[in-house]
Amino acid sequence: MEKSIELINNRIREGNARVVTAEEMPAIVAELGEEGALAEVDVVTTGTFGAMCSTGAFLNFGHSDPPIRMSQVFLNDVEAYGGIAAVDAYLGATQQSTTRGMEYGGAHVLEDFVAGKRVELRALSRGTDCYPRRELTTELILEDLNQAIMVNPRNAYQRYNAATNTTDRTLLTYMGMLLPDCGNVTYSGAGVLSPLSNDPSFHVIGSGVTIFLAGAPGMIIGEGTQHSPGKGFGTLMVTADMKEMSQDYLRAATMTGYGVTMYIGVGVPLPVIDLEVVRSTAVTDADIRVKVIDYGIPTRDRPALREVSYADLKKGEVEIRGEMVKTSSLSSFRKARQVARELKRWVETGKMPLALPTRRIDARKLVRPMRETARVPRVQDIMDRNVPSVSDGEAIQEAAKKLLRGDTNHLVVLDREGKLAGIITTYDVSKAIARPGRAKQVRDIMTTKVITANPDEHVDIAARKLEQYNVSALPVVGQGNQVLGMLTAIDLGKLFGGRWLK
Amino acid sequence: MKLLVTFSRRKGYEPIIAKAVKETGVLIRVDRAHIDSSGGEVLIDVPEESCRIVSEKMGSLGAVVKVLEHPVVRDENECVDCGACVSVCPREVFAFDGEWRLVMAVEKCVLCGKCIEACPHDALSQQVPG
Repeated sequence: MEKSIELINNRIREGNARVVTAEEMPAIVAELGEEGALAEVDVVTTGTFGAMCSTGAFLNFGHSDPPIRMSQVFLNDVEAYGGIAAVDAYLGATQQSTTRGMEYGGAHVLEDFVAGKRVELRALSRGTDCYPRRELTTELILEDLNQAIMVNPRNAYQRYNAATNTTDRTLLTYMGMLLPDCGNVTYSGAGVLSPLSNDPSFHVIGSGVTIFLAGAPGMIIGEGTQHSPGKGFGTLMVTADMKEMSQDYLRAATMTGYGVTMYIGVGVPLPVIDLEVVRSTAVTDADIRVKVIDYGIPTRDRPALREVSYADLKKGEVEIRGEMVKTSSLSSFRKARQVARELKRWVETGKMPLALPTRRIDARKLVRPMRETARVPRVQDIMDRNVPSVSDGEAIQEAAKKLLRGDTNHLVVLDREGKLAGIITTYDVSKAIARPGRAKQVRDIMTTKVITANPDEHVDIAARKLEQYNVSALPVVGQGNQVLGMLTAIDLGKLFGGRWLK
Repeated sequence: MKLLVTFSRRKGYEPIIAKAVKETGVLIRVDRAHIDSSGGEVLIDVPEESCRIVSEKMGSLGAVVKVLEHPVVRDENECVDCGACVSVCPREVFAFDGEWRLVMAVEKCVLCGKCIEACPHDALSQQVPG
């Protein structure tokens, strides 16, 4: 059996369509069977509410007198992209204020507009014959704008990998605060209610389909940026009129130490036209699996510690390396439900007629990494391979001599097998000599918790370590903890002028 | 009940907490303490019925004692019930109810401040004792 979209829209018009949320669907399919569910249910509504950084809006301010061709545009001191015609701009959610930093950004401006607040527009121009004005400042509310059209390049991720942190310090990431030593796990996404998890083959989701976006009736433009449905990470590009949006479903936020983002509610109504829709909407939290990724490793392909389901994550605890670890959701399931329920009401009351895709979205595509054409400097390219060292059993006086001879401020300390045991600095040695006490040997004064670098590491990562741990040198160690070199701020200076290439 | 006890070292090195325990017989749990050469700020937990006697005793020893009724406060207009606070809290103050609404057990709070830092919506704040 199949049902046409016309039949479903007719039932909606006549007020006898059966609309359920994606959370209700698995039980209905279990009870009535697939054929039974197809006959019974006409529309399944989905919903998600979470941080969606790739959000923004095209704004048209109208022409001033004398007219201006804006080249730089600021809204409450947040820069918008002004490289489109004279009085248009695109304001991205993650752009930070030039005066208030991380606490206020593009997302906050968008929310202020939706909340009906006044926003200061400041624009600069070099002036032309047709647009002579060079500067402009005015206060605007959303009503004053000709258009405020939200166009979000990447929303409604199908699912998202969970995050944890194996390092010994707290990480502040876009996945929230990650405590040291796998102290917590954070995740995002609505699981059972996620729009794309309910149609992973893009059977009824595609261009032209009507959706709920931040409280406004909107539309799917097509695949989102970074769309990677081949591995279960599809995304959508979506649009709606900001003038119809509600603050209930659009909230600016700041991930501490990371930056500004926007929490958005997105819901897609799925017409139950055939068994394929029935099967895909019967998905449960237990069926949707994600990896728990170690954000302690600062590379693109971060290692996964294990795989879990949304059902596991929602229980509040998952096992990581033999211990139960608390989980935190960064998206709001209560709000996701609110989106799916509001959308259900929209469909039932005829506010949102259903549509099939006018253009299909590729369901097999895979995201590719960046092709980098310039060689990236690695630690091994600039490290100093001549590393003065002492053994941990040597006398402190010996270390002092070596520091003088080596014309250096750091000595790596090696154990009997020649592996890194610690590090000492001129300060450690001076202190030991100025205040003679029980310390006689190098091992008595060395720092054993050494921050190290890997030879293959990108220099930016090593530079960040120097800064974060407030150290002046990093011993570079190989697989077996043998010392291959030393990296100091002086070595980083070699990068200027491209000297590392030689 | 949470009490925030502050004292300065100008009044000498009185063992304020030890004396209060000894003289009142009330078992005081220290949740958090920051003490340096000039003074200290200590968060203690005492049974509600002993709150007054402990406060008075510590007050007589030169400490300033303030009752913290709501150590951490949530702005319901800003909170979206995301749960970013749930796993960063060392004392399980935050949890979800059956409807996925965030519920708080503020009496467990030790004012570490992690949730305030982790909240993406700026919805949590520490009560400033008056």
